Amino acid sequence: MNKIENNKAWFLVLPVFILVAFSAIIPLMTVVNYSVQDVFDTNTRYFVGTEWFKAILNDAALQSALMKQFMFSFTTLSIEIPLGIGIALLMPKRGMAASLCLVLIALPLLIPLNVVGTIWQIFTRSDIGLMGWSLREMGVAYNISRNPVDAWATIILMDVWHWTPLIALLCYSGLRSIPEAYYQAARIDRASRWAIFRYIQLPKLTNVLIIGILLRFMDSFMIYAEPFVLTGGGPGSSTTFLSQALTTMAIGQFDVGPAAAFSIIYFLIILAVSWVFYTTIMNMQKEK
Amino acid sequence: MKSRIALIVYILFILLPIYWLLNMSFKTNQEILGAITFWPQNFTFENYQKILTDPSWYKGYINSMIYVSLNMVISLTVALPAAYAFSRYKFVGDKHLFFWLLSNKMAPPAVFVLPFFQLYSSVGLFDTHIAVALAHCLFNIPLAVWILEGFMSSVPKEIDETAYIDGYSFPRFFAKIFIPLIGSGIGVTAFFLFMFSWIELLLARTLTATEAQPIQVIMTRTVGASGIDWGVLAAAGVLTIIPGIFVIYFVRNHIAKGFALGRT
Repeated sequence: MNKIENNKAWFLVLPVFILVAFSAIIPLMTVVNYSVQDVFDTNTRYFVGTEWFKAILNDAALQSALMKQFMFSFTTLSIEIPLGIGIALLMPKRGMAASLCLVLIALPLLIPLNVVGTIWQIFTRSDIGLMGWSLREMGVAYNISRNPVDAWATIILMDVWHWTPLIALLCYSGLRSIPEAYYQAARIDRASRWAIFRYIQLPKLTNVLIIGILLRFMDSFMIYAEPFVLTGGGPGSSTTFLSQALTTMAIGQFDVGPAAAFSIIYFLIILAVSWVFYTTIMNMQKEK
Repeated sequence: MKSRIALIVYILFILLPIYWLLNMSFKTNQEILGAITFWPQNFTFENYQKILTDPSWYKGYINSMIYVSLNMVISLTVALPAAYAFSRYKFVGDKHLFFWLLSNKMAPPAVFVLPFFQLYSSVGLFDTHIAVALAHCLFNIPLAVWILEGFMSSVPKEIDETAYIDGYSFPRFFAKIFIPLIGSGIGVTAFFLFMFSWIELLLARTLTATEAQPIQVIMTRTVGASGIDWGVLAAAGVLTIIPGIFVIYFVRNHIAKGFALGRT
C-alpha cells in the first residue's frame, strides 16, 4: 500500500509513545545507571565503569545459564513449530467440531504461568500425580528432583504442552484464509498431498509463522515461572534459565550492579536475534 | 481417519493434566495422599467452598480481573490510533519507532522487576491495580499495535478517502466506519492482551503486596506449616482456567476468521 507522507501522524502515535516510554525508558535508565556503579546504600556509591560487565561475561554460572537458555529455546521451537503446523492441518474446517477443537486446544494458553508449573508439578509427582505414578508403576526410574535428564524432558514436555497451541492457532487461521478455488485447481492438476502443502499451504503460512516464531522465541527466552515452580531450577542448577538466574541476583541477593549489567546483556541478545527476524520480515514484505 | 485419531490423541494430551487437576480439586486431602483414584471417591465441594467464601482468597480473582481489564482498555485505546498511523502514513522515524515498540515486547520482565518496583513505589502507585495494568502495557501495547496494524493494512485505503469526501471527520470516520470494519482484528487483539496479562506472574507479584495481589500469588499460600493443602491448590488452579475458557469461547469465530487476515 502506498503510504502518505504526513508528520501529523505523530499525534496518533504520541499516547503510545508516552505510555511505553514511561514504563520502558525510565526503568531502563535506572538499569544502565546501576550497571556502572557499585551501590552500598542510597548515599554511598562509586562509579565502576565496565567492571560489572566484565565480571558477568566471565561468570561461569551465567555462561552455563545462557547455554541452557539457547538449548531450551532451540529444542522447544523445533518441536512446537512442526507439531503446531501438523495440528492446524488436522483440525476440522467448520461447524461445531471446529469450535470445540479451537476452545480445547487454546485452553493451555490461558492458564497463568505458575499454575502451568503447578499442574505439571502435581502431574509428575510419583505419589499423587498421574504421569509420575504411571511411570513408577511401569518400573521407569523417573525423578525430576534428582535426575537432570528427567527434569529437562519434563520441562520441554510442559512447554510443548503449553505453547504448541499458539502455533496451531496461528496456522489454523492462516489456513482458513486460503480460498477454496486454490484447492480445486490443485485437484484438477492432480497435485499430491505434499505438493498442496508445499506450494499452496506453506506459502500462505509464512507470515503467521514468522509472527509465531518471533513470539515463541521471545517468550521462551524469558521463561521464568514454569521451571521455577516445577523444578525450582534444579536439580542443582541444571534447569536454571536466564530469567531465574537474574531474578535471584536482583531480588534474592540484591546485587543490583551485576544484575543490571546482566539485564543489559540479556536484553541485547534478545534484541539482536529479534532484529535479524524483523529485517527478514521487512525484506520479505518488500519482495511481494 | 488416521488424521482424526492423531488429533484426538493430541487433544487428550492437552486435557490429561487438566483432568488430573480437576479430579484432584474434588477430592479430600486424605484421598489425594492415600491412593491414586481416577475419579473422586468422596466427591466434595469443600475446596471450592473454602476459596469462594473467604475474601482473602476470592479477592485475588477480582484483583486479577481488574488489572487485566484495565490493561485491555488502556492498551486498545492508545494502540488503535497508533496502529492506524503506522498502517496509513509515513512520518519521521516511523520505522525506528515501530521497532523500538516491538523491542519492548522483547524485554524480559525479569530485567524490569527492580526498576519497576522503585519507579512505582516512588510515584505512590505500589500495590494498586493501575500499577500492574501500566506495567503490563510494556509488552501489551507493542503487541496490540503490531497485530492491529496488520489488520488495518488489509482494509483498502479507498474506504478512508471516500469517507473523507463524504464529509466525515477523522474521529467520526474512525469510530463509525473503521472500527466496525476491523472488528475481528480487535477481537483477536483483545484475546492476546487478555492472555499475556492474565498469565503474567513476575511483574504482578513484584508490584503488589496485599491490596491488589493477583490470584496466582495468593495460591502460593497453600504451602503452610502442615504441608501443602493439595485440594485447595487444585481448586484454585481450576478457577484460574475458567475465565480463559469464556474468553476463547467469545473470540473463537474471530480467530477462525483470521488472525492471518491482515498478514497474507
